[in-house]
Amino acid sequence: MMIRAMAMLIGDRLVRLAPVDLVIVVFYFVLVLAIGFYLKGRSNTGEDFFLAGREMTAWIAGLSFLSANLGALELMGWAAASYQYGILAAHWYWIGAIPAMLFLGLVMMPFYYISKTHSVPGYLKLRFGEASRALSAISFAFMTVLMSGINMYAMALVMKVVLGWDINFSIWISSITVAVYVTLGGLRSAIFNEVLQFILIWAGALLIPILGLIEAGGWKALQLKVAQNASVEYTHLWSTLGSFKDNPMGIHWTGIVFGLGFVISFAYWTTDFLVVQRVLAAKDLRAAKMAPIIGAAFKMFVPFIVILPGLLGLAVLPMKLTGEAAAVASGGHSYNEVLPLMLARYCGPGLLGLGITALIAGFMSGMAGNVSAFSTVWTYDIYKALIKKKATDAHYVLMGRWSTILGVLISIGTAYLVMQFLSIMDYVQALFSFFVAPLFGTVILGMLWKRATAAGGFWGLLAGTVSSIGMWAWVRHYPSALRYVALSSNARDMAENMYRGLWSWIICVVVTVAVSLVTTPKPESELVGLVYGATEIPTEAQVPVYHKPAFWAVVVAIVFIALNIIFW
Amino acid sequence: MRSDGTISIWFFIGISLLVNGVLIFGAGLYQLSHPPAAKVVLYDLHASIWWGAILLIVGLIYCIRYHPNRA
Repeated sequence: MMIRAMAMLIGDRLVRLAPVDLVIVVFYFVLVLAIGFYLKGRSNTGEDFFLAGREMTAWIAGLSFLSANLGALELMGWAAASYQYGILAAHWYWIGAIPAMLFLGLVMMPFYYISKTHSVPGYLKLRFGEASRALSAISFAFMTVLMSGINMYAMALVMKVVLGWDINFSIWISSITVAVYVTLGGLRSAIFNEVLQFILIWAGALLIPILGLIEAGGWKALQLKVAQNASVEYTHLWSTLGSFKDNPMGIHWTGIVFGLGFVISFAYWTTDFLVVQRVLAAKDLRAAKMAPIIGAAFKMFVPFIVILPGLLGLAVLPMKLTGEAAAVASGGHSYNEVLPLMLARYCGPGLLGLGITALIAGFMSGMAGNVSAFSTVWTYDIYKALIKKKATDAHYVLMGRWSTILGVLISIGTAYLVMQFLSIMDYVQALFSFFVAPLFGTVILGMLWKRATAAGGFWGLLAGTVSSIGMWAWVRHYPSALRYVALSSNARDMAENMYRGLWSWIICVVVTVAVSLVTTPKPESELVGLVYGATEIPTEAQVPVYHKPAFWAVVVAIVFIALNIIFW
Repeated sequence: MRSDGTISIWFFIGISLLVNGVLIFGAGLYQLSHPPAAKVVLYDLHASIWWGAILLIVGLIYCIRYHPNRA
């Protein structure tokens, strides 16, 4: 929706770059390419190319884990959402991320790491067999490149709207750059650049909330201005969630807690290979457990550069931003432009270039994450598993390089397809969500329940996915069905997604349990390293308490609870 | 990340912050001597100068701390 609106709004650019801004943007491209060329000689084996040699420190794996998710669409989209819905958008950064990231680090990482799997579908193969892996791998590979294409088109459109750059120029320059550095250096290059991009995103975006708070007169004054310009509910996180009608998002607290906080969040952060791949590259189990906890610590503060600018936009921007249709009709600005508008408001030459670089870095980190994950799943879980089972390691590395290029080319093709048929985007984004929630049900039962069988895993995953598609189609054809799927006819799109995810997860779990109880489980000896109760997790008794992942997870959890109480 | 003598990612980050800091700090100084006709909001705080200086100093520290010759 955001992209369609911007496509219609293309006209005058929002900002003009000075020569110093262009130098900063060009320097960024030169540096990421230089890193790719520098790492070219260090990706000769499969372990190097697909898992970065499994030698990343907790800090690098943790920042990369977060950066792969911190795309510019994420930045601009959630800034727009906070202008539109208020601080409720912060739920996607707090309850919608932190508990799941801590759970990944403390509970799930040992099984991913000890099993020595190279991917999430690879874990399913070890735990449930080839059929579950094939279903998961094919759906993930297909959806990942399609999403990458959509993001690519979105980036090109943002550059067109904000800077007036030609769409073809933006698509090809960014794609070629990502293709070059990932093809040359594999996952190591993607991770290095993601850490760089993470730092640049903060360096470029942090000034907006700092200067915004100075202009608004501090948090209390900001709350008053937001209450005047919008509503007092816009700065409260939980107190308006007692009813679907009481908050601008049209959502109930059960949808946030169970749909977002449990199913959607846990599904994305613990089973989406795009992010999990970064943690699998950690150098040892402690680093693998610490990485998501470090990611969670930084994730808690992302609302400062995403949600706060949206609220500040409500308080200080002289114009009223509107929905897409109204913006097109009036020639005004839409919600989606709030972040670039705030950037242009405070940033002069130099700072503007850094802010634009932050947006480009966000797009490229997301794109690199998609193509490197696609390359691994294609090579190991589709090509090696289904097409060419026995070949040399060098052959699979070569296939990894070619599939990176193939992934980028399919993404470019998708970008042009979306340009012609904008409605494709809504369908692909919905399709992506169909697979995530049921996959979490399958993986979590596989890790925590020894009795889960191969047949149970496969049929549960299939039933959850099909039921999710069925609910989506039901509401599209009969809008009145929304009151059954989302428990209220007042529910909006986001609430519908939350509940659909919750139901499909429950269906996946029920089917997995039912089928498992009537089929034969694997002997326990085959579950070692894969399942809780059959796996000996290395203890950390000798390590000082401040080196233990559990200690830092508790610290993060305390800050997380405090933030929710402060902004209640 | 440099146990085998390779360049640390933090060195690359230091370079990036240092170069950006120099450019932004320089642009801020230029604006001080040649004030633009259309000023950004809170122009008087001269964010380019202090933010550029912060990036420059942090970048410099990282470049020195993680310089390949110190491995």
